[in-house]
Amino acid sequence: MTIRHHLSDELLLAYAAGTLPEAFDLVVATHVSLCDECRARLGALEAVGGAVLDDTPAAPVADGSLEATLRMIRDRGKDPIVARPPAGVFPAPLRAYVGGDLEAVRWRPLGGGVKQAILPAARGATVRLMHIPAGVAMPDHGHRGLELTQVLQGAFFDKDDEFYRGDIEIATEETQHTPRAGADQHCLCLTATDAPLRFSTMLPRLAQPFFRI
Amino acid sequence: DVGNADAENWVDHMLRIRDAQDEVAFAQLFGHFAPRIKGFLMRSGAGEALAEECAQEVMATVWRKAHLFDPTRASVATWIFTVARNRRIDALRKQRRPEPEDLGWGPEPEPDQADVMELQQESARLAEAIAQLPRNQRDLIEQAFFGELSHSEIAAQTGLPLGTIKSRIRLALDRLRHAMS
Ligand SMILES: [Zn+2]
Ligand SMILES: [Zn+2]
Repeated sequence: MTIRHHLSDELLLAYAAGTLPEAFDLVVATHVSLCDECRARLGALEAVGGAVLDDTPAAPVADGSLEATLRMIRDRGKDPIVARPPAGVFPAPLRAYVGGDLEAVRWRPLGGGVKQAILPAARGATVRLMHIPAGVAMPDHGHRGLELTQVLQGAFFDKDDEFYRGDIEIATEETQHTPRAGADQHCLCLTATDAPLRFSTMLPRLAQPFFRI
Repeated sequence: DVGNADAENWVDHMLRIRDAQDEVAFAQLFGHFAPRIKGFLMRSGAGEALAEECAQEVMATVWRKAHLFDPTRASVATWIFTVARNRRIDALRKQRRPEPEDLGWGPEPEPDQADVMELQQESARLAEAIAQLPRNQRDLIEQAFFGELSHSEIAAQTGLPLGTIKSRIRLALDRLRHAMS
């Protein structure tokens, strides 16, 4: 499977620097878990971070700092080596937020067969799993901020672009779209936003406060 | 080349910590990195006491997670940077840090010495290239990593010479995937 839609340099750099809201961090970590191309790009940007750290002017540590650290080490010991989790739909970082794989998701219906599960994350941005039945389109909408959509299962179509497992769509304030799940299979994706969407029709606008979209 | 010798030296320190719980090697690593981590955290907005506490915790984590360090994918400075960054997110921003799924679970094959050397040299070359960038561009990169720029303020980093180090990391990932399958 070839991934055709990747993270942008800006997002990877912000993730490497550690300045993204937690919700976006989770989507980036999920994409990188599935995509070796972005994993290598992230590694290169983290190497820049390593160079910055190595070049940072030293701030003298307190007296007895090394001894205190060694005491901490002796008290706590080494981290145990963790067993590899069985293969599933969700990569490890997403599993940690869901508390398991697909079967552990606690879905809430949104109507029309569409389901969502909002995951816990620090304020500033929201992250949710979306389940969209085959052939169903999301209501036409625009964005007041950034929206990341990571496909985990199935596919969705947006204008002339196709997104399959591993692909990520980056929508900004300039994007107006009506993503539609593929005709053969439901689409499961992880999506994060840092501002409410801008719906162009009345019904979803009325429902917006209840569903926190 | 002093930079290269330094970098490879730190790899050796990490392996001595991992394989022999060598406290002398750790003390030397601490002497170099702990004050830089503390400086990095203070530049990122931490007060002196918090930066001191976090620097100690970061170095303790370096010891505890030594078995996860892969010298074919990162220099020691890079790896310690990721530990310090995650501690900063936790301590200063009070949020969790989701990390990508780890590729190496359980015991791994000993890395090829040539691969280790090439990645370490590539890291040193990258550091030199960053040092040569025009001042304003270097300032922007530092600001991004000190957390002084938000994600919307970070523009594409066109001046960064990332090509060759990215290829080395990509190669290391391919080998790791191959070894696991
Ligand atoms: Zn990618
Ligand atoms: Zn959208």
